[in-house]
Amino acid sequence: MSFVTVRDVFQEYDGRPIIERVNLDVAEGEFVSIVGASGCGKSTFLRLLLADETPTRGRITVDGGKPAREPGRERGVVFQKYSVFPHMTVRDNIVAAESFPKGWGWFRGAKLREARARADEVLERIGLAHVAGNYPSTLSGGMQQRLAIGQALHARPRILLLDEPFGALDPGTRLSMHDFLTQLRAETSMTVFMVTHDLGEGFKLGDRVLVFDKTRWDPDYPERYGATITYDFDARDHGIPYQHILDKIPSLAAAATPPPA
Amino acid sequence: MRLLNRHPTRPAGVLLAALPFVAVLIAYWIGSEIRLAANPQDKLLPAPATILNTAAGLFTEPNKRTGEILLWADTWASLRRLALGVGIGALISLTVGVGIGLLPYVRRGLSSFVAVLSMVPPLALLPILFIVFGLGEISKVVLIVIGITPFLIRDLSQRVLDIPHEEIVKAQTLGASTWVIALRVVLPQILPRLIAGIRLSLGAAWLFLIAAEAVAAEVGLGYRIFLVRRYLAMDIILTYVIWITLLAFLIDFALKTLSRKAFPWLGGGL
Repeated sequence: MSFVTVRDVFQEYDGRPIIERVNLDVAEGEFVSIVGASGCGKSTFLRLLLADETPTRGRITVDGGKPAREPGRERGVVFQKYSVFPHMTVRDNIVAAESFPKGWGWFRGAKLREARARADEVLERIGLAHVAGNYPSTLSGGMQQRLAIGQALHARPRILLLDEPFGALDPGTRLSMHDFLTQLRAETSMTVFMVTHDLGEGFKLGDRVLVFDKTRWDPDYPERYGATITYDFDARDHGIPYQHILDKIPSLAAAATPPPA
Repeated sequence: MRLLNRHPTRPAGVLLAALPFVAVLIAYWIGSEIRLAANPQDKLLPAPATILNTAAGLFTEPNKRTGEILLWADTWASLRRLALGVGIGALISLTVGVGIGLLPYVRRGLSSFVAVLSMVPPLALLPILFIVFGLGEISKVVLIVIGITPFLIRDLSQRVLDIPHEEIVKAQTLGASTWVIALRVVLPQILPRLIAGIRLSLGAAWLFLIAAEAVAAEVGLGYRIFLVRRYLAMDIILTYVIWITLLAFLIDFALKTLSRKAFPWLGGGL
């Protein structure tokens, strides 16, 4: 059953096609990594999923609903930078995920205390409880991204979009963020799209790895054609999905087993 | 070692900072001595001691007819006009600036208009203000508002546009409405910039205030300076000039401190 459905999506800027003929079906709970060369349109595709931009042609739907025209609460997002609010403390950044849909975007009195208590639980889980009162600028890059992910998840989105979330982190921090994300995913089983430069990261975290590339190329006019999904790898079981195929499809197993002589 | 890599030690730094002030004072003192030696009745460069004397009188002695101390009356009148003008200007520019920066419709509608408006020399409008609003308080306050608001609007709207698009998108994914984004994401982040903008435009605000008072007023620092000019009372003028400078400096310092105290998340920026 397709949860996120992408049908014949084209996107062009000023007549320059960026991506073309993209079709995709993603089941609920899948983790989709998106890789490709710089400028291949993978970030554009993520913005389309985010509904920050509407595609020139085609439609993107979530759970059979209407195509979104602006970002909303069903989509959570973490960017490489600027994903948390610098003027709010770490705790208030989490509280914002609850208070922003309210009329004034603000809690008072008992509601604020309750929201802060819930925020503290979140911070405890993501390991930021000790810096709850700090401002984000005093945090390391890894902690800021952890806060950004915690904030996005606290709003309980239906799909989570990550735009090179660990791109600016050093390799050690990046590894611990992988563990952090894997653990969070085990708890929430949410549908995730992650754009990354790092192939290894894409295969390690993703259930599927999509590669964006141009299928047509005009040497005299490189901007003539856009990119599309050229490969759709099954990345489960360390990228070797068919080693358990007999367990998954018993009828095949019966056929494969030689009949007793 | 290159000159650009040489740094003064702390005492030397303090000395260097004091040097220009001392130099100006000494230059004035020498000039005054020379002129007074030639003509003891000279009024152009009164001796520092005369100025101090006059200043002490201006700050303490009440006017014989009205019983109030003129300098303080002038100060309150001027500061009131300045505060009203800057305050109203700040409120207008905050509203319009956020509107232009955040809402494409307002941006298309107003940004060229504000750009043109900021080219109008405010002092050229002063006669019109006097005709429309009369010679009272309103025309002076309006001159300050007209003088500083276009600059502040352009500055603030640019700052709103400079807020990373990622933050605005993030707020939307958390379910924030346009109003909440303006109130909780944009406004807190440009308030420090508003204070910085006010600090920059205070010089212009003083200029417009004194110009308006010089043309038509009954009380005020600028009015007094231009009044006693007729008697060549340089000691009074100099006292007022130094007093205005001191006030401007104190206001600037207060705003700077406020900005640092009120926005700890900036982490020493500005």
